[in-house]
Parts: sequence; structure tokens; C-alpha cells
Amino acid sequence: MSETTATGTQPGYDYDRVELRKKLATVDKAPGSSKPDSILTVDNVVRRFGGMTAVDVQHVEVQRGAITALIGPNGAGKTTFFNLLTGFDKPNSAPTLTNRGAGTARWVFNGRAMGAVGAAKVAKSGMVRTFQLTKALSRLTVMQNMLLGARDQPGENFFVAIVKPLWKAREAEIEAKAADLLKRFKLYEKKDDYAGSLSGGQRKLLEMARALMSDPAMIMLDEPMAGVNPALTQSLLGHIQSLRDEGTTVLFVEHDMHMVRHISDWVIVMAEGRIVAEGPADTVMDDQAVIDAYLGAHHDTDLGDDSLLTDESIEELEAEVKEEDAARVETEHNEEGKA
Amino acid sequence: MDYLVQLFQSLTVQALAPSTAAFAIAAIGLNVHFGFAGLLNIGQAAFLLLGAYGFAISIDRGLPLFAAVLVALLCALLFAFILGLPTLKLRGDYLAIVTISAAEIIRMVGRSSILTDLTGGSNGITGNTYNGPFQALSPLPDGSTQILWFDYDNNGVNGWWIRIVGWGLVGVFLLLIWALARSPWGRLLKGIREDEDAVRSLGKNVYSYKLQALVLGGLIGAVAGIIYVLPSSVQPDGLGRSTTFFIYTALLLGGAATVFGPVLGAILFFVMRLLIQSLAQSFIPDSIMSTQQTVQFSYVLVGVALMCLIIFRPQGILGNKKELSFSV
Ligand SMILES: Nc1ncnc2c1ncn2[C@@H]1O[C@H](COP(=O)(O)OP(=O)(O)O)[C@@H](O)[C@H]1O
Ligand SMILES: [Mg+2]
Repeated sequence: MSETTATGTQPGYDYDRVELRKKLATVDKAPGSSKPDSILTVDNVVRRFGGMTAVDVQHVEVQRGAITALIGPNGAGKTTFFNLLTGFDKPNSAPTLTNRGAGTARWVFNGRAMGAVGAAKVAKSGMVRTFQLTKALSRLTVMQNMLLGARDQPGENFFVAIVKPLWKAREAEIEAKAADLLKRFKLYEKKDDYAGSLSGGQRKLLEMARALMSDPAMIMLDEPMAGVNPALTQSLLGHIQSLRDEGTTVLFVEHDMHMVRHISDWVIVMAEGRIVAEGPADTVMDDQAVIDAYLGAHHDTDLGDDSLLTDESIEELEAEVKEEDAARVETEHNEEGKA
Repeated sequence: MDYLVQLFQSLTVQALAPSTAAFAIAAIGLNVHFGFAGLLNIGQAAFLLLGAYGFAISIDRGLPLFAAVLVALLCALLFAFILGLPTLKLRGDYLAIVTISAAEIIRMVGRSSILTDLTGGSNGITGNTYNGPFQALSPLPDGSTQILWFDYDNNGVNGWWIRIVGWGLVGVFLLLIWALARSPWGRLLKGIREDEDAVRSLGKNVYSYKLQALVLGGLIGAVAGIIYVLPSSVQPDGLGRSTTFFIYTALLLGGAATVFGPVLGAILFFVMRLLIQSLAQSFIPDSIMSTQQTVQFSYVLVGVALMCLIIFRPQGILGNKKELSFSV
């Protein structure tokens, strides 16, 4: 289990978050900036659907030991980017027989080139992802779902499977581990229920817990909070942070700006397939490119500022909107006039 | 009263017939494909046919019994690889299309006149050319034995020996499936049935597991084919599309993804058909339905029963409602 990550044992991992933030503070706040210690480095990943370019990432690095948020408007290509990195999709820019030189897609995870690696191997090498549309295995129980996530179960070999004593001991180990994780994610009481009977939010939690069964070096979460009960999000945020503290790098896609501000050490912004900005959560939100691409003019009232919207500010907002509308009508008027 | 006793006896005789055992084994194999791994194999009959041909031809060419069984298994293995290697990376529908046409190809090639020397063409291979070594293996003394109303030769072509071996094999395969179904290997197959991308994202080689399932179910199918033809003859047209659908009926009737369902389903399938046929023969006058027609009538009613089953109890008799239904 060389990829596993026990607390405080990985050389070079920033278990101390203050140290990590200090390091990141020195990083250039520009798209594609290089990180002091990147666990994932991506170059030239392009994916087109028909004539539309869904992903076109020239260069991006993810810092080891950080919680990195990947944000961007709907359709920015975040999910497609995840699919490409984890081997579920293939970039159009992949090296071919005749062209394997510069300009072709290439990404390195934990020192291993991942370009031509299948989805299962990617996961085995320690980069495990969850899906935006959850993939709970409905007609397996919650516990069986969890056990499937474990590695090194010899009973997954056909011939070993027939003889229970050969895999019983390992099964007990992973069951204990699964029980632990399920308790953390408040699913333990459901362990013997079919996963299909869980609510959408619970399925998200199950999928995340299942991914953690293999002690990944990096976990990639696609909208982990979508559909999760607000009462639970707070504790889930805590779990994600403790994951990081225990040695798992986190890369996640999220729409909830509260969450992004609250837990991420670094934010990468995607729009129309490209990386348009990078930086720490509190500064990247002020970046003009981000505002233009994604957040809109009213970002500071809607981006997880912990202050609640007061009646006053709503009125202010409405006034602003009216002003803008008026301005637009005026310009349209002018244009019509010219035409 | 006499009529009822006789009817009951003939039903139990049918329930324990070697062909019922063969169907049960074939359904156990199909259960590995469809019930556990979610592979839609619509050509299970071809695995039976290949097993039967491999076995019968090998013995006819002078190979010893165990070598002939080995040849039968090798044929099924090869067939599984040919079907699986190109299709199991693709979406599920491709396997279904390829299996249904490959099964037809096997049957058509088997019955074609070019291969008459080998397969006997459309006449098939008569039993006495290959069942000798199997009979010779019997440890039973000559003569016949009666237990209750079951009265057969000990060693005859269709006697106690083939029944003991047939149902013994059913028991062996049940044990094997029971052991596999509770193992992490079985869990992985069920995971693939639910969502193979999810299983892939957990670092498992889905392709290899699907291939393993296809091979295992196919090998079990080949054994079923041998048992099926030992008391009779190899008839390519007797192992065609309809056989595959009957095996599916048996599987769904008993409950897919359960251990014992395929066996219960196979027994019920044969018993139900015989029951319908006997009742129709006795109570519907010949002027309305001839004997020939009662056979077809029994198939029709079995089809209706299958429809009712899918509507009212989609998980089969032994299935768990929550675990397996056709929806999803
Ligand atoms: N399989 C596909 N076929 C065609 N277009 C696709 C496919 N998958 C994604 N797209 C398109 O690619 C763009 C990026 O989608 P996606 O990666 O899902 O965005 P995000 O996750 O950032 O919301 C969208 O415009 C979407 O319609
Ligand atoms: Mg998405």
C-alpha cells in the first residue's frame, strides 16, 4: 500500500496549514502559475465536442496538500476536465503515433505520466474522483458500496474468492475502516440499506466516503455539496478540511461560494474551457477576469460574504439593476438609431 | 383421484429429468452473466451447442471422456473470448446483438451440409456414437431400480446414472455460485451490473471482470450442453434461439441474482409446461385442440406467465424485491 497516507508520514506534505498558506502567498496569482510543490501538472489538454471547444487548458498545477477549488459558470468545462484527467474521456490533443512531441496533451500526477492511462489505473495510482451525477450502486447496500472502494482485497481474484479463509481477514479490516468512515459521514445507521434508498445528498456523501476507502493521495470532488442538507454541509466542510490535514490533497468543483471561501487554500477559475484566473479565495473573487467571466457585477453581495442580505442592500441592488437596464435600453436605442 | 396421482407422478418425473438438470445448469451459467454481472447474453444456447458438439465429436474421434469434456470447455472458452474481447469495452447492447447473431451462426454452421462429416448436418449426431464412455464410467450394478414411482435402468441411456451425475453437477455449481456470490469477487460483479463507471473510478479493471463472468457462465453452459445431449442426441435446431429464451424464462421465474433461483425456475418451467399440456389434453376435446396444439398452447401460457411475472413480481420467486427488478 505504497500510496496510502497515514498522518504525518509523507515527506514534503504540508500538514501545517499555516505553512502551506504562507507558501501559496508567494505564488504568482496568474493563470497557469507554477506551484512550490505540485502534485498534478497538466499541459495542453484540449477537448472538443463537434465545433465547440469544451476544454482548452494550456498549463495548470495543483499544489500538494492544498484544498484547491475549481470554479466557473455552468458549461465552463469543469466536469469535462475532470473526466479527461481521470481517464474517463480522451483529449483531442492526445499524443498520436505520428505526433508525440510538443503541444500534445500531457499530465503528471505524483511523478507519473497519466496521459494514456485508463480510468481504473488512474484511480489505482491514487487520484480518485467522484461524479457530479452521483453513481451510488443502487442495488448494493451502503456497506457493500464502501467495501468496493477498498484496495488490496485478495478476494477480488476469482480463485481466491472461492475460499473464504483466504480473504476473511482483509474483509474484517476493510469493514472496520468502512464503519469508521460511515460514522464520520453520518451514514452508519444506514449501512445495511440499499444505496438506492438514500436521498440525493446521502448518495453524495456515500460516494465521497467510498472514494476515501482507498486512501487516495488526491481526491477530486465534482460538486460535493449539491443536494446535501444544509445542516450537514458544515460538518462536511469540517471533514474535507480534516482530510487535508491527514494527508489527502483535495481538488473540488463547487458552486457554493460560501464553501469555496470557507475552506479553499487556492482557487482556479475556468470559463469557456480555459483557465482565466488563479489565486487565494479572498483575492481571486476580486479579479476582473473572474468578475467578467463568471460572477457578474453584483458579486460582492452574492459571493458568500458572511453578512446576510439586508432589506437595505436588496433595495440598493434593485436600484443598481434598474440603472443598468436603463443604460442598456439607452445604448440599444443609440445602436438602432445608427442602423 | 387416480388421474391426479398419475398427473402428480408424471410432473415429478419431469421435474427430475436429466433435461431439467441441464436447463438448471444452463440457467446457473446465464445467472452469472445476467443476474450478477448484468451482461445481456442472448446466445446462451450456443454455449450449450458448442459444449455438446465439442464433447460428441471428440469422443467419436476416439478421445477419452475427460479429454472430450476438456475440448467442450475449450470451445466455450474460445467462444466467450471471441464474443467478449471486442464487445465488453463497448456499451451493453453490443454484447446482446453479437451474442444473438453469433449463436445463430454456430447453429447454422453446425447444421450446414458442408460439415456433415463432422456435425452430421441438420440430422445432428446420434447419442450412441458418444454416450458409451459415459455409461462405462458408471459404478452402478446392471439392472434397474425403483424408488417410489421413479423406475429406471441403473445405467441405461436415460437412467439413474445420468440423473445422479446431472443433479450432482447442479449441486456442485450451486455451491460454487454460493461461494462466489458472497465473495468480494461477486460483489464486484454486482457493482459492475449497477454502474461500471463507478466501479472503474474505484480502480477496478471492469473489462477483465466482465470477461471472467462471460467465460465462467459460458463454461457452465457447455457442461449443461453435455448433460442435455447425453440421454438423447445432438440436434442443432434443438439448441436455438428458443432454448435461450426458455433458459431466460427459467432464470427470471426463479429469480435472477439469487443462488437457487435458476434451479427452482428450471424445474417450475418444465413442470408448468407439462401441467398445462396434460390438463389441456385431458379436458379440451380434440375437436377444439389437438395433441400437437396443446404443446404449443403450453408454450403460449408459459409466455403469458412470464409477462405476468414481470408485471407482478419482477424479482422472480426467490428474488428480493428491493435488490433486483427489471427497472432501473
Ligand atoms: N459528451 C458531450 N457531448 C457534447 N457536448 C458535451 C459533452 N459533455 C460536455 N459537453 C459540453 O461541454 C461543455 C462543458 O460541459 P461541462 O464540463 O459539463 O461543464 P461544467 O461541469 O463546467 O458545468 C458544455 O457546453 C457541455 O454542453
Ligand atoms: Mg459540471
